[in-house]
Amino acid sequence: MAKTLTRGGASPGLGVDAAVAKQLLTDMLLIRRFEEKAAEAYTLGKIGGFLHLYIGEEAVAVGTTSVLRPDDYAISAYREHGHCLAKGSDPKRVMAELYGRRDGLSKGKGGSMHLFDRSTNFLGGHAIVGAHLPIAAGVGFAIKYQGGDQVIVCYFGDGAVPEGEFHESMNLAALWKLPVIFLCENNRYAMGTSVERALAQPEIWRFGQTYGVPSERVDGMDVLAVREAVARAVTRARQHKTPALLEADTYRYRGHSMRDPAGAVYRTKEEVEREKLRDPIVLFRDKLLAAGLLAEADVRTIEKDVSDRVDEAVAFADASPEPPGEWLFTDIYKEA
Amino acid sequence: MAAMTYREALNLALREEMRRDPRVFVIGEEVGLYEGAYKVTQGLLKEFGGQRVVDTPIAESGFTGVGIGAAMVGLRPVIEMMTFNFALLALDQIVNSAAKMYYMSGGQFNVPIVIRGPGGPAAQLAAQHSQSMETYFYHVPGLKVVRPTTPMDAKGLLKSAIRDDNPVIFIEAETLYSVKGEVPDDPEFLIPLGKALVRREGTDVTVIAYMGMMYRAMEAAEELEKEGISVELVDPRTLRPMDTETIIGSVRKTHRAVVVEAGAGFAGMGSEIVAFVTEQAFDDLDAPVERVTGANAPMPYARNLEKLKTPSKDKILAAVRRVCNANGS
Repeated sequence: MAKTLTRGGASPGLGVDAAVAKQLLTDMLLIRRFEEKAAEAYTLGKIGGFLHLYIGEEAVAVGTTSVLRPDDYAISAYREHGHCLAKGSDPKRVMAELYGRRDGLSKGKGGSMHLFDRSTNFLGGHAIVGAHLPIAAGVGFAIKYQGGDQVIVCYFGDGAVPEGEFHESMNLAALWKLPVIFLCENNRYAMGTSVERALAQPEIWRFGQTYGVPSERVDGMDVLAVREAVARAVTRARQHKTPALLEADTYRYRGHSMRDPAGAVYRTKEEVEREKLRDPIVLFRDKLLAAGLLAEADVRTIEKDVSDRVDEAVAFADASPEPPGEWLFTDIYKEA
Repeated sequence: MAAMTYREALNLALREEMRRDPRVFVIGEEVGLYEGAYKVTQGLLKEFGGQRVVDTPIAESGFTGVGIGAAMVGLRPVIEMMTFNFALLALDQIVNSAAKMYYMSGGQFNVPIVIRGPGGPAAQLAAQHSQSMETYFYHVPGLKVVRPTTPMDAKGLLKSAIRDDNPVIFIEAETLYSVKGEVPDDPEFLIPLGKALVRREGTDVTVIAYMGMMYRAMEAAEELEKEGISVELVDPRTLRPMDTETIIGSVRKTHRAVVVEAGAGFAGMGSEIVAFVTEQAFDDLDAPVERVTGANAPMPYARNLEKLKTPSKDKILAAVRRVCNANGS
């Protein structure tokens, strides 16, 4: 694909300038390297429980967040490290949360599946499939109630679509005209169940039509395509309180979680290898190099910078103490 | 003070809190145009408009989630369950989202919501519409659970629930909506959550009960008085957090206790009360604590069977007599 682009001279037509392009690449790489380190830490026993990696899906979180304002909201399911980092959380505090340490975003009480960051308007980390969709609608309701012009992006997987709460939320958001962008990351498998085995209508974006919600399918491996589709949805939501349903066609390279490392039972190696050919980071990097927006040296600098930040995050998490015992009983009830 | 029904007291509490705080809104099935299936929200749509009195389609999980999301970013929703039986459809939202959000987020996002509506035994509404629901909720850390017995409590506790920064499950009763009582007019009249009330002082036995069972226990107490048994009645009012101190204090005074609850006995409220009374006041007891509970059966429709399912005054009388006749030290 990159080869077909003309080098230099002609306008690359990417629709972003060098600074934005560099940021998008950096953000995607940060998530990729962060997740790789997290996987490593998991195998070392530094991270426990479930760990769902975002590797392969980086373009969705990064493309989406790049058109949001800091005061816009985002909410996600349990594969949310990428969304949380993209929204601007400090990788150190995210890693510390994965480690279950006191300096984690949620003081070590949430873990991988429950990242929250009030400072970036990141509303979690929800691990019951489908449950955060009505919550997103509620945030949209509150924005409207308070007379604001923010939006909320609600990320969820294809596995949430058969849940009743998907349909309840789409209906309420459409009925009440709420500024909610429902962003389905269709990575084709809900754990081990393919979309075809789960949905009578496997073209997820079409459910939007049922509810009269503007909806479209977008290449989730193309950060610029995601960016443009989300930008359109954000404009509608900000100006007219119109919800949207976007279906990002994406893929997770790893298994469902670290307990399903290869994801080999329900899909073929060939399929995984084929999908990796449209890697969002490699494609975008090549595109930028081809367009002359970035030089090889820039890429190396970005790589180095990202790797340093991830190493710092790991060191920070390692050094952070465990939460003190008395924290077991704090944050259960908020005192007046 | 004004005499009003339990229903009117709730309505007044909602009105006062909505006037006081623009962040408070009411959401649920038939709360607006229809003015509430049980008319608790009567007149609210007219006074506050559709933005703050929000009719929803039948989607309990959906609109409960909406309330939770709105609460996370600064609003204070009062979610009406047409009846608490329907709250089971939203149980995941209540237990996994509302109750745990503050904890999971390390204290970043609290969820100030009230989920209110009628629950408990009703009149011939059969198994799905007539049952005690509090057990499903008071087990969960992060929730507060309130059961207001009188119109005064209905007003004072609902106002406190709305002002509370945590999710509060507020279960009323169909059978009490028309009960009349004195209610303070003061818009700042509040009853703190987590405080029990001694409704009747006595010296021989403590009877712990709430809602319809409290009224039944009162009748029993009057009768027992004539037999020379002096009954102290304690109403927990809030089941979580439970005011164990007041209950234990009363038991230390009377040395005997009977718990009455409408719900089935197995792992019920009575079990918990018996447990902490035994743990904390064993040496003060002159008799084993008795429980009078609903039968361990679903609620039947037939009038005679329904009567058998719910604790009767006679059962309360018998239990009190038993503990009072037990040989104490």
